Amino acid sequence: MKKFFISILVIFLLPTKSFGLIEVDITRGNLNPLPVAVSPLSIDENSRKSFEKILKKKNIEIEISTIVENNLRTSGLFNPLDKDAFLQAPDIANLKPRFEDWNLIKAQALITGKVNYFDDKLRVEFRLWDVLAGKEMMALAFTTVPNNWRRVGHIISDKVYERLTGEKGYFDTRIIYVSEEGPKTKRIKKLAIMDQDGANNKFLTLGNELVLTPRFNPTSQMVTYLSYFRNLPRVYLLDIETGMQEVVGDFPGMTFAPRFSPDGKKIIMSFAKDGNSDIYTMDLENRIVEKITDHPSIDTSPSYSPNGKLISFNSDRSGYQQIYVMKNDGTNVKRISFGKGIYGTPVWSPRGDLIAFTKLHKGKFYIGVMRTDGTGERLLTENFYQEAPSWSPNGRVLIFYRETKTDEKGEGFSAKLWSIDLTGYNERMVKTPTDGSDPSWSSLLSD
Amino acid sequence: MNRSLIASSVLHIIVISITALSLPFLSKKPIDLPPIVSIELIQITEKTNIPFAPKAKKIIEKVKEKEKKLVSEQAPPKKVKKIKPDAVPMPKNEIEKVKKIKDDKQNPEKIDNEVKQVSEFEKKELFNPDNIAALIDKSKEESAEFIKKNEKVSQDQEKNFENTGLTLSEEDALKAQIFGCWSIPLGLPYNENLLVRIKLQLKPDGSVIRSEILDHARMNKPGQGFYKVLAESALRAVKLCQPLRVPSTGYERWKELQLNFDAREMLEG
Repeated sequence: MKKFFISILVIFLLPTKSFGLIEVDITRGNLNPLPVAVSPLSIDENSRKSFEKILKKKNIEIEISTIVENNLRTSGLFNPLDKDAFLQAPDIANLKPRFEDWNLIKAQALITGKVNYFDDKLRVEFRLWDVLAGKEMMALAFTTVPNNWRRVGHIISDKVYERLTGEKGYFDTRIIYVSEEGPKTKRIKKLAIMDQDGANNKFLTLGNELVLTPRFNPTSQMVTYLSYFRNLPRVYLLDIETGMQEVVGDFPGMTFAPRFSPDGKKIIMSFAKDGNSDIYTMDLENRIVEKITDHPSIDTSPSYSPNGKLISFNSDRSGYQQIYVMKNDGTNVKRISFGKGIYGTPVWSPRGDLIAFTKLHKGKFYIGVMRTDGTGERLLTENFYQEAPSWSPNGRVLIFYRETKTDEKGEGFSAKLWSIDLTGYNERMVKTPTDGSDPSWSSLLSD
Repeated sequence: MNRSLIASSVLHIIVISITALSLPFLSKKPIDLPPIVSIELIQITEKTNIPFAPKAKKIIEKVKEKEKKLVSEQAPPKKVKKIKPDAVPMPKNEIEKVKKIKDDKQNPEKIDNEVKQVSEFEKKELFNPDNIAALIDKSKEESAEFIKKNEKVSQDQEKNFENTGLTLSEEDALKAQIFGCWSIPLGLPYNENLLVRIKLQLKPDGSVIRSEILDHARMNKPGQGFYKVLAESALRAVKLCQPLRVPSTGYERWKELQLNFDAREMLEG
């Protein structure tokens, strides 16, 4: 017994070496787009014939997957892989993908699906797979009228984007802009609307009157814009769904950039009264106009924060045009931009963390972002002339317009819509049938 | 009454005088002022001016002599003898041996050879054997310093080893590998506390037996979409990277690893 205790004591006293759990901090990664395989949807022969008859589209299954592929590619966050490298047929892949095959082509995520014609409707089901983990991440089905097939592609893109990035997508959205045609001195400007990828372009006005600064209501498919009627600026409201249009009011002097409040109940704008430009709001229900700023300087381009408590605007009260932030009642005005140059058109991000702006410095125009306290200024793009940034509903991408220089003969002028994401690397021209300016991004249609 | 008053005042005076006289002044040493150095101002234009050619020769010779002296001063022969006399060949004994051969055996070839050897030795002698000894001595010192430095490095590595279980280079290799595999979801907010901790069980070749998210419960909580996305991206990175670049030895200490994925630095830009 004594020996036993001694041996136990010896065991305890023996020097033992133990290792704690090794921790390694990973604080960096690559910013390469995620490789994604977008397999064409599978389709049965009867459905294919039906869609061909109704939509005049031979391969609707490929068309929808192409929309998804293009959306993911333009986001700059995904790298859709070449379809020719796919080893598995769409119908089998949708049932059970052979992950080894998809792993072989370096896909990290896989999108498969099926489309069929059922009860006069288009039904699409799709699945998102994690190739490396070998598991299904998401499976959804949509049923809609066949004519909505493009929107189905956009909705799938949004769902995939949200599942893989954690933030909402922006593909099922529309862009309203001013379509421009003709020589620079005699431009015909019409209000136009299109899907965010440039498809389904429609003109909303005839071009008889000059239209400016259309802005979407953040909560609905309503638009406010400025138009000159008998040389007087007039603020209009337009319901995109019904086509109904109404005049909000005639305002004296120059009126600038009407915008909706986040709840859509007010519009905020600036106009010159008695020769001095200040910021005003108008309640859309009772049409009461309220003066927000009262300063001898020129205050313009107001934009609400997403919670509606703050307003950003630009003012030349410091001598140069700079960006300011104030409470929604006009108190507590703070200057937030202190860099060299002239700052203008501040627009609050829908996420609330950043303010986009246009900056003019040494003869060049920049589109940039800064935090709401003015810190962390980042210039995303530089050009001869560009302005009017508008945020995508998820606050990740900005759309703006860029003009090209007129040559000595007075030719070569053009205005095009461009988009850039917050990284500043993913800059793309947005295709429009005519020249375009003053774009405004809608909220998600499917929300 | 008066007595006690006088006694107390006398005692007070004594105590005060003792403290005043003995404590600060007695212990204080007089300040050591440095001796006054007299400075003589001399015109140096004559000395700095370039001398004429005959003068220059003399000056150069003087400088050379001074340098020679300096060299001999750098390597004192006494020290060499003390430190390692056996390591340094002793030329005098050798020469004596040669002389003995000369005397005893009158073999011209051998003598020639030996003489040649002596002459070669003498050539070496021109380099000054004391200097060579000094150089050897110096090299020993340098090597000692080098060893000391190496010891310092290994001590640092040991420190790191104690802290993380991996040396700096081992940790860096692993980090660099995972950096390349981890596609950071760029849509994540930079201002939220998003730290994903993954515990790994590894095979000796670095392939992953098991990976486990330590805050797994957070993945399925409502409003934790960003965390879930980050966690999934981290798991993908681990899977994509395997086999991990682990050290070739010491499996016991790294068979379990914890990776802390934090994208804030990158997202903040």
